[in-house]
Amino acid sequence: MTERGINKGRRRFLVGATSVIGAVGMVGVAVPFVASWQPSARARAAAAPVQADISKLHPGQRMTVEWRGRPVWIIRRTPEMIARTETVATERLADPDSNHPQQPAYVQGALRSIKPEVGVLIGLCTHFGCSPLYRPEPDAQADSNDDWSGGFFCPCHGSRFDLAGRVYTGMPAPTNLEVPPYHYLNDTIIVVGEDKEAV
Amino acid sequence: MAAPEKPGGLLGWLDARFPVSRLWRDHLANYYVPKNLNIWYIFGSLALLVLVNQLLTGIWLTMSYRPSPEEAFASIEYIMRDVEWGWLIRYLHTTGASALFIVVYLHMFRGLLYGSYKAPRELVWVFGMALYLILMAEAFMGYLLPWGQMSYWGAQVITSFFSAVPSIGPGLAEWVRGDYVVSGATLNRFFALHVIALPLVILGLVVLHIVALHEVGSNNPDGIEINALKDDAGKPVDGIPFHPYYTVKDLVGVAIFLFVFCGVVFYFPEGGGFFIEQPNFAPADPLNTPDHIAPVWYFTPFYAILRGVNFSLLGLDARFLGVVFMGGAIAVLFVLPWLDRSPVRSMRYKGWMSKLMLAVFIASFVALGVLGVLPPTPVRTRLAQLFTVLYFAYFLLMPLYTRLEKNRPVPKRVTG
Repeated sequence: MTERGINKGRRRFLVGATSVIGAVGMVGVAVPFVASWQPSARARAAAAPVQADISKLHPGQRMTVEWRGRPVWIIRRTPEMIARTETVATERLADPDSNHPQQPAYVQGALRSIKPEVGVLIGLCTHFGCSPLYRPEPDAQADSNDDWSGGFFCPCHGSRFDLAGRVYTGMPAPTNLEVPPYHYLNDTIIVVGEDKEAV
Repeated sequence: MAAPEKPGGLLGWLDARFPVSRLWRDHLANYYVPKNLNIWYIFGSLALLVLVNQLLTGIWLTMSYRPSPEEAFASIEYIMRDVEWGWLIRYLHTTGASALFIVVYLHMFRGLLYGSYKAPRELVWVFGMALYLILMAEAFMGYLLPWGQMSYWGAQVITSFFSAVPSIGPGLAEWVRGDYVVSGATLNRFFALHVIALPLVILGLVVLHIVALHEVGSNNPDGIEINALKDDAGKPVDGIPFHPYYTVKDLVGVAIFLFVFCGVVFYFPEGGGFFIEQPNFAPADPLNTPDHIAPVWYFTPFYAILRGVNFSLLGLDARFLGVVFMGGAIAVLFVLPWLDRSPVRSMRYKGWMSKLMLAVFIASFVALGVLGVLPPTPVRTRLAQLFTVLYFAYFLLMPLYTRLEKNRPVPKRVTG
């Protein structure tokens, strides 16, 4: 074939323009496929608040309720547990004053709870999402560790948290355990998943 | 080689429309392979055999399995107890998964030993590594399907890797799971990927792997190009046709392999808790993690690397850094052909430094694998860090030691 009558510049422009438009179209087609992997409307709706009755929860015990498919722990701390948590040396904790936004604003202080004796925590390790084990007593930690004052131990990668869900330094977990939004409906009913203002 | 005479009859009719005879000649009867291939060269064929086993048993399992959180665990029990021969089909599939990784690891070690990744076989290696990567995804997604405790929490941990990515992490993990935690949405999409998408990708990559291999020909334990020396008819003097020589040899390997494989399937289908882990005999409980979770054995070296990173570096937190190290441990394998600067392929003629480093690498890989199975303690974390350094040293120092060392002279002909 001869080169006569062929405008190479125009041909290159047309091939380029067609390719660009085609690529834009491909991206457009990809959008529904990629977006289809997002949590569905049903999964989002299942995130409704749940109520927990803590009247039968004795001091030192823990109960687990499910919110958004995740375990939420409610523990009733004994005075000794409160004392042990408040006296953990702050230099051994990664975030003793809870500066990371891992809790609602109305949860203050070392105990990270509305009432000091009742702790509410999302029971998933902030490392890779395993559910840590409840080891409330200082000697219940089988793994050797100096002055362990009781708390939560993640079996997957060895992260340790105190009884307020604060992570120790040098652990795989980067932040404290999350505290979900919650409030008291009355003395014995806790609503998990909703702030008081929202009621 | 002389053009073969044109066949008549049905074969002639076919050949005029589809290259049956040509494919047979090019890839089997006239495909020349070095005559000195040893036992290490059996594992490619075995990998193909186990892949066929996985496809066949997988299709049959799909006929009785139900991918929903309510029914998945019970449907596995149904397969094990009520479906005719269901136990055999499932054990062939679960044992096949571990067997495939054993065979693939040995196949990869052969590549390291004899320099099969070196020019002109870089693409054979790269396609092979892509296969290994997809195979890991395939195995991981398949492991969720029985919806046992280890299935659930293993998937929870591995999908959480995505949440470690700075800023976009949590949203990315939710996108992968299709929910806030691993749920029915995750199970369904993993099922779709495990039985449809990834097997298609794997088959495509197998074709690429073999086409690339047949373009350049097999390497051999001496690392010599057999095509460099041809006789008057144009056949490599140190080559023999793949068929019948290696088809028959591979069949012997297949027979021995099947003895061992069937022994496991019939007598140790759980593989001592390594092929099917004990916590997976309890149905998934999203509220309670088993006391000790570990991935299946073929992932444990990388898991130990991930778990060993408990420090921050360059402003990256330990969690993300662990994922980066683990990803890096796999990614570095892809560039291996360009890290090896030795003029020699085979370990037979490389210097002592290459031999030492390969031994160190294998020892580190095995040690990391053992550490990844055990629960974490401070001492074990230190050991994992040490072996992680040695693992990476093999690759990152390779441009140095392969250039510095003194190699032995390579013979002109294969040594048998």
